[in-house]
Amino acid sequence: MTTRIFGSGIKRREDPRLITGEARYTDDIKLPGVLHMAVVRSPYAHANIVGIDSSAAEAMEGVVAVFTGDDVDLAGIPTAWLIPDSDLKTPEHPALAKGKVRYVGDGVAIVLADDRYRAQDAADAVVVEYEELPAVIDPEEAAGEGAPLIHDDVEGNIAFRWVMGDRDASDAVFNSADVVVSERILQQRLLPTAMEPRSAMAQYNAATQELTLWCTSQNPHIHRFIISAVTGLNENKVRVIAPEVGGGFGSKIPCYPDEALVSWAAIKLGVPVKWTETRSENYLITIHGRDHVQHVEMAASNDGKLLGVRATVYAGMGGYLSTAAPGIPTILHGLLYVGPYTMDSVFCESIGVMTNGTPTDAYRGAGRPEATFLLERMVDNVARAIDMDPVELRRKNLIPAFEDGYEVATTLIYDSGDYPTAFEKALDMAGYSDFRQAQANALASGRYLGIGVTAYTEMCGLGPSQVAGAVGFQGGLWESATVRVTPTGKVQALIGASPHGQGSETTLAQIIAEELGFPVDDIEVVHGDTTETPMGWGTYGSRTTPVTGAALAHASRKLKDKARVLAAHLMEANVDDIEYADGSFSVRGSPDQAQSIQDVALMAHLAWNMPEGMDPGFEESQFYDPPNFVYPFGTHIAIVEVDAETGEVELQRYIAVDDCGPQINPEIVAGQIHGGVVQGAAQALCEGAIYSDDGQLLTGSMMDYCMPKADMFPNFELGETVTPSPHHPVGVKGVGETGTIASTPTVYNAVLDALAPLGVKQIDMPLTSAKVWGAIQAASANGGGN
Amino acid sequence: MWPNTFDYARAGSVDEALALIGDEGKFLAGGHSLLPVMKLRLAAPEQLVDIGGIDSLRGISANGGLTIGATTTHAEIADSADVRAICSGLASACGQVGDQAVRNFGTIGGNIAHADPASDPPTVLVACGATINIQGAGGARSVGAEDFFVDLFETDLEDGELITSVSLPDCSDCQCAYVKFPHPASRYAIVGVAVCLKMDGGTCAQADVAVGGATVKAVKCGGAEAALAGSTLDDAAVGAAAEAVKADIADWLAGDIAYPESYRQQMAGVFLRRAIAAATTG
Repeated sequence: MTTRIFGSGIKRREDPRLITGEARYTDDIKLPGVLHMAVVRSPYAHANIVGIDSSAAEAMEGVVAVFTGDDVDLAGIPTAWLIPDSDLKTPEHPALAKGKVRYVGDGVAIVLADDRYRAQDAADAVVVEYEELPAVIDPEEAAGEGAPLIHDDVEGNIAFRWVMGDRDASDAVFNSADVVVSERILQQRLLPTAMEPRSAMAQYNAATQELTLWCTSQNPHIHRFIISAVTGLNENKVRVIAPEVGGGFGSKIPCYPDEALVSWAAIKLGVPVKWTETRSENYLITIHGRDHVQHVEMAASNDGKLLGVRATVYAGMGGYLSTAAPGIPTILHGLLYVGPYTMDSVFCESIGVMTNGTPTDAYRGAGRPEATFLLERMVDNVARAIDMDPVELRRKNLIPAFEDGYEVATTLIYDSGDYPTAFEKALDMAGYSDFRQAQANALASGRYLGIGVTAYTEMCGLGPSQVAGAVGFQGGLWESATVRVTPTGKVQALIGASPHGQGSETTLAQIIAEELGFPVDDIEVVHGDTTETPMGWGTYGSRTTPVTGAALAHASRKLKDKARVLAAHLMEANVDDIEYADGSFSVRGSPDQAQSIQDVALMAHLAWNMPEGMDPGFEESQFYDPPNFVYPFGTHIAIVEVDAETGEVELQRYIAVDDCGPQINPEIVAGQIHGGVVQGAAQALCEGAIYSDDGQLLTGSMMDYCMPKADMFPNFELGETVTPSPHHPVGVKGVGETGTIASTPTVYNAVLDALAPLGVKQIDMPLTSAKVWGAIQAASANGGGN
Repeated sequence: MWPNTFDYARAGSVDEALALIGDEGKFLAGGHSLLPVMKLRLAAPEQLVDIGGIDSLRGISANGGLTIGATTTHAEIADSADVRAICSGLASACGQVGDQAVRNFGTIGGNIAHADPASDPPTVLVACGATINIQGAGGARSVGAEDFFVDLFETDLEDGELITSVSLPDCSDCQCAYVKFPHPASRYAIVGVAVCLKMDGGTCAQADVAVGGATVKAVKCGGAEAALAGSTLDDAAVGAAAEAVKADIADWLAGDIAYPESYRQQMAGVFLRRAIAAATTG
């Protein structure tokens, strides 16, 4: 018996081309005669455009054209998640500003030149006269009295107001509870910082009226219909290609003005047009994540029963409503308020607020980290309020193990879970009880150790299309896939999703290899080109393995059924007597007589001898709409030491026990968890976009915006439990976002645990040494801790 | 990331470099300070004069003290046995600049001409009483490091002048250390403290202290030096120096949005203590 490919940590097949520089990204694609687009961007967060003089720019060498908002006849950039029952306003988002700019970086004009340097020189030479207006960045402030109005048709800057739960019922629980704890939590803005900045290049053939757009997209099929909508071209005349895409973390889901503008300019000028953002531009104009001001309360009984959570959330949307923005602080946020606990009362009022910041949208975890953080923060606050060990409090309230469906107060039906087992496993790995003693000993010698423990579950594998429709998502959430076998027995799997660094070319091939018995090296996964691949809704929300993986498993099983019938026919046996093992069909009792899957594939292509009624060829497709989300879960633990002299936090240990069902490739799972933990821990410790009061991004480069670095982290200690999803053909759940979701509160709570003896109760993220030190000084001035 | 148009010339000698530089030119050595600001269009020199090929500007010679050519890289200084023996604090500081790739290209001359207040080498040069040797159209001159650094990104260099080398006195009988609290984003110094202690038995005969990172330029800290000199570096003396250093830098404080001046000032005291501990424990 060979080693089973499913569950094997084989190397990522993506890596050789990435490591050797052979991968071809959008900016690597060169077309003769291409014009380079540079965008003249607003230096003001909020201003009226009084006039634009492009005459000097137009006269410069190599400049072909300069266009402003008045020239560009594109439809507005659409918002595609229209939350129902929320009084949603969707202000117009022109590809180039018309009359008014609403954030620093808002596009005002485009310059087309024969050279990238000349395009930038000419962009600098476009003279724009502005009348500066007062700006507002903080979402709670923007929703308040007297805030500057950003869009005339969005009264009070409030784009939507979404309510989950029954306010009166929630009030009743909170009014009668023994204990209510509260905190104002800032979920600071984060800059997604994919390694590859965004890029787009368009080419138009006037004779065939076909537009080809290469761009950095996580969902080329969605880009195709949005570009079709904004340009007016028929969708079947638009081809979108996402070549190699160097990370996204959500920032390459939206359709941006830049992609529409290169398309428009290529059509207008009849030559190809390319635009690639600089890192500075990336920080200014590519979506940001998070940006919540949350007022949160949790109710509990004195003996440690969690009774309910409620929150008012001001979610900053930025200057325009990005593609999926309204769905992030609502559906993907409030529905997670129960977490892994038996808590019956949930209430959320989420207010989407226009501000003069960069538009926000989905960033790794998208709404769920913001929910998990507030929940875990409040559980620790309850523990402190009732003087109970936070681990004991969690243990008392975890939902018991269930295998097939558990409905919670937010109306979600969790698919499967065994939270207590993962919880106890993580505590064992961490040595929790010993740690508390070590912590006390350290404190006696003036050292401040802390531990944070997070139990989480999250909703991913988005998701049933019926649910998508019910919550206003302007698309389906199914996936489709084709498994195509060539006459020589090599496999091409064509998928509609569009992986961009997750290793899906490897894991999806492992699913097919497991189902059909082809060697994994004989299986190629093809993605990213709307002309080559079947329709799909894209790669985000930890959905590619759960949804595309299921489509591929089903398509593979159809092929296997066909192969079994054909093999029986070829061996002149009864189908019921056919046995299958390791890619080979044999007749029960006659093991010498066998047909390999490759033999069968060849015979299906030749079609010389087919069973009655069987069509030739060896290819099957599957549309797959998941019946439910998948709900991975686990427990993460961080141990930190705070240097009270400087406020520096040292992350000493990080333990993560995650359950994503059966692991297709444990190495890739570990990689996803490592990356996710780093990204989430960085939110707790160092990342945060900071604006000046007048809306200038002060963290405009990596000199000021603190990206996490390898030497900030210990070796992670990973563990797993395996609880299959009952509704998934191979039982798997997504794991792309769990690390990000769990790690922020884990690290934050660990630091606050360390600081508890000093009397520090709250610090806004990120926990920089300066803020931690300042909090220690302030607490000390107030009499310190106990 | 798209600099303005500029002309480029490569000089074969110091005289040629001085002749080529013109009114709007900039000397280019390792390029690790100049090119990033050009890419951000914060600087737009019309002429770059590349001095990287001038042999006389490169190298380290031990001559009682040290003379280090302007285009000597940080990596060469950090790895030099002579520098480690004669001024170990400078070797340590140069070894903490940027990352290995930056240290392999960035030069000591370019570094101090740029005068980034959060860079590491200037703090040691000021502490150890280095001399900056300069060549201009009118001839050669030398300036003490303390006078060379004038303010934020501002030096004593006149237009058209070129740093040729840096000289350091023999510090081999001192106990030196440079200790840095790196900014987690940029890894520049939030505060960097250089100490150079001349010990006479258990007594500190002379203390030289400078602080960078927390200040607009590297600042010599006379108050802290006075608190240490003549002491046995006991807790009281070190504590007094840690207080005094905050006053020494009070007029020169710098900060950013995440690490404000007040915090950096306090950390100067903490890191002075750590620098003394590092110097005395070797």
